[in-house]
Amino acid sequence: MYDAYEIRGSESHIEVHKFRAGAIIIATLFALVIQAWFPLHLTRAAILDLPLLVTIYFGLSRRNPSTGLLLGMAIGLLQDSLSGPTVPLGLYGIAKTIIGYLASSIGARLDTEHPVARFALTAGFFVVHQGVIVLTRRILLGQPEPWFNLHLAIAALINAVVAVFFFLLLDRLRKQ
Amino acid sequence: MVVIPSRHKSLVLLAGVILLQVLLLAVQIKRDSQGRLIRVWTVGAVSPFERAGSYGFGWFRNIWHHYFALQNTTKENEQLRRENDALKLQIAQLQGKAAEADRLAVLLNFRKTHADVPMVGARVIGASAGSASQTIQLDRGERDGIRRNMGVITPDGVVGKVVEVYPSTSQVLLLTDKESGVGAMLADSRIQSPVGGAGEPLLTMKYVPNDDTVNVGERVITSGMDRIFPRDLPVGTIAAIKPGNPFKEIRIKPAANLERLEEVLVLLTLHPLEMKKDAEPADAQPAASNPSPVVR
Repeated sequence: MYDAYEIRGSESHIEVHKFRAGAIIIATLFALVIQAWFPLHLTRAAILDLPLLVTIYFGLSRRNPSTGLLLGMAIGLLQDSLSGPTVPLGLYGIAKTIIGYLASSIGARLDTEHPVARFALTAGFFVVHQGVIVLTRRILLGQPEPWFNLHLAIAALINAVVAVFFFLLLDRLRKQ
Repeated sequence: MVVIPSRHKSLVLLAGVILLQVLLLAVQIKRDSQGRLIRVWTVGAVSPFERAGSYGFGWFRNIWHHYFALQNTTKENEQLRRENDALKLQIAQLQGKAAEADRLAVLLNFRKTHADVPMVGARVIGASAGSASQTIQLDRGERDGIRRNMGVITPDGVVGKVVEVYPSTSQVLLLTDKESGVGAMLADSRIQSPVGGAGEPLLTMKYVPNDDTVNVGERVITSGMDRIFPRDLPVGTIAAIKPGNPFKEIRIKPAANLERLEEVLVLLTLHPLEMKKDAEPADAQPAASNPSPVVR
């Protein structure tokens, strides 16, 4: 009984953030547009996955698994739609659904406001996200894909660094 | 209705959402050789059941064809066996009728060659009830003109004589009976001696002196001295000769097959008859069967 109070007590200290009206939609669209537009001018920018960062951020902030996975699904499907005919609908959708669920679940239990926590979580989610995509490609689509390599590790670190700053920007969308 | 705990609702939702997207993927993806992924998955998911159903159906069909259907096969087999037996019986009957027709044809031909001798054909309908006597029963009797002591022959030779006459049947004492006898002689040497039965298949020629020359295989014919059988009818052939005291012991094989008589001719006279010497059975065309041929 005492432990249960401790847990409940610890959970009661985690704040569930609320955002301004349309903030999630605007942030999502912004991330998708940048993701689609930016690599056209800077090829190396393709290493970023802004829709994933948006999914992680709102998952960690909203701390509701259902909302998080639905948001991840929506962002993922939109990203699939914008990725051209070579990417089937559902590839990013499945991966971001899982990330949205995991982020919301973890955000409900941990304090994710600290930059180091955000960095680590983003790097971890990036790896998981990439793992789900590789799994989907290998198993469902029959497409050979490396599980992990140095490029992906660098991409994970870069996205984690970017996420630290990007999340700070997104924090401004919260209601005070 | 199943109530899902609130802490698991998000998991259920996650599973549902992922499943939907997996299906969405499957609908889109088209593999080079196997068509769309949803089709591949559907076929892959359904084919085991189809295969199981096919095997199950095949198993059931095999059971049906090799077990239950065999019940009908067994019935059909029994029916075919019965039909086969009936056909065998029919064939045997037809063969018997054909043989009978041949025998009757021989009788008819014999009668034609002896048109001057009154005779009637009769069918053997019975035999002696015991081994004490050698008799047969004919389907002809007093109404047909048969009387006691009339001679009975076949185209092959002498059979015996009528010993009892009834209105429609008659009884014949065969040559092989101990009480039977016929006046006979050797065809070549013309030695005369009665021939009688001994209760055995072979006949006995009783009074041939040891000094007379007799050879095995010599033909024995009727002498006409008994006033029952005309002369020169075949009686048999000498099968064995032993010296005796004071007469030879001569064993004769009957000319007529006395053990398998079916049709005979009854000589309708009690007077001495003369028959042509060429009274050998001639070949004749098979004639239609007549159960009781009357040749007058």
